[in-house]
Amino acid sequence: MGAGHAHRLYRHGHTPLHALPPHCKLAAVLCFVVVVVSTPREAVWAFGLYAVLLASVAAVARLPALFVLRRMLIEVPFVAFAVLMPFVAQGERVDVLGLSLSVNGLWGAWNVLAKGTLGVAASVILASTTELRALLLGLQRLKLPPLLVQIASFMIRYGDVIADEMRRMRIARESRGFQAKGVRHWGVLGKTAGALFIRSYERGERVHLAMISRGYAGTMPVIDEVTATRRQWSRALTLPLLALPICLLGWTTL
Amino acid sequence: MTDSPPPASLELSLEVSGLAYAYPDGHQALFGVDFTVRRGERVALLGPNGAGKTTLVLHLNGILTAGAGSVTVAGLPVGKAHLAEIRRRVGIVFQDPDDQLFMPTVREDVAFGPAAAGLRGPALEARVEYALSLVGMEAFADRPPHHLSFGQRRRVAVATVLAMEPEILVLDEPSSNLDPASRRELADILRSLDITVLMVTHDLPYALELCPRSLILSEGTIAADGPTADILCDEPLMTTHRLELPFGFNPKTAPA
Repeated sequence: MGAGHAHRLYRHGHTPLHALPPHCKLAAVLCFVVVVVSTPREAVWAFGLYAVLLASVAAVARLPALFVLRRMLIEVPFVAFAVLMPFVAQGERVDVLGLSLSVNGLWGAWNVLAKGTLGVAASVILASTTELRALLLGLQRLKLPPLLVQIASFMIRYGDVIADEMRRMRIARESRGFQAKGVRHWGVLGKTAGALFIRSYERGERVHLAMISRGYAGTMPVIDEVTATRRQWSRALTLPLLALPICLLGWTTL
Repeated sequence: MTDSPPPASLELSLEVSGLAYAYPDGHQALFGVDFTVRRGERVALLGPNGAGKTTLVLHLNGILTAGAGSVTVAGLPVGKAHLAEIRRRVGIVFQDPDDQLFMPTVREDVAFGPAAAGLRGPALEARVEYALSLVGMEAFADRPPHHLSFGQRRRVAVATVLAMEPEILVLDEPSSNLDPASRRELADILRSLDITVLMVTHDLPYALELCPRSLILSEGTIAADGPTADILCDEPLMTTHRLELPFGFNPKTAPA
């Protein structure tokens, strides 16, 4: 939780993918995910092709496969319930290794798993090739409500500060002989969390004072304007444009 | 308060007269504060904890509004009418640089004030570069503030304010939490600036080192106003206002 905490997702590099403007990449990932999600689940081969597309994008960005796969583990808790679907879903059943599974549930699980994994992989590639700061500029450029962008940028700025404050409070607790051993100590931890909240809230007020002292009047001034050429846009949109025919083909071959 | 001040007041960076303020909860912090700061002066504002120093500072750029009395910055009265211009003219450096530096990178933070005032493009870049060069932090422009040392953060905080080309620089406890080397570097920077400075501090040797003139704010009024060395040598005055020199420090023998 030390320095650089906010930048762990990013992997430094000088590839064509790193060089693309952030808002182009964001738009491309969004379009790609929409295309993937609207593909019929029965077109199994289509998902294989999508995976190949993503793998080649990762290769362009020179991201090692193991690196991407390890990052994708974040998906596990979210798809855990997909595993349950074949057991709990209704309808026609099929026997696999002596277990009675629902056909509908199997398709449902596959649907969640395949689309979720592709979406996560695309996001991991985006996050590994785009600095957080640039992502925010991209979101700003894509006209996300400015308040949301401001909140996100404060999270990046103050994440470490608050984590550090939390660490100091823990050290102070432990220096006085406290060890969280069980339920009995949850009260203490709860109070710590409360104190941390109040401290952060007060810091928020002080930051706000500092902001209005420098002429803040509700909107962030635009300091870095990110721009993209037509060429950069077309490069970024190659991915969703390649995915689109696969999706259409998936529907026609049903 | 006149809109066309007489020429004499143009020489004044800051004029505070009869300033009184009570917090909404009824606690009165300021009871009629009067002082002026001439252009180019460096003045220390000394006072014990709870004397109302921070409250006074927040009046200088109109964050708090005076219950009575007035604050005038280079002839412009602080009030709702021209708050943006007042906040450009009065540059406050807050005590905790983590409060002051709220943008993701040093460069963006320094650019915040001028950009909020409408500066864009190359002019903005030049302003940022110039402000960072004044505090010797040009090389750190693209670093996130939380990766800097405390002393560096304090210097960047000064730059964020200098970028607005203020009339007066107001520093709240500038030497707090600094190690001796950072303290000296900051002093060198402050001395090199050609700007009016009002420095709020407990650090009496620092006040003596940097500010020829000092004010004592005690219980909401100005209790003393004079050359820093004279004030620090006046033992009864110092004791009355809970000001104490650090162990072993003698203002009579300290190098000026």
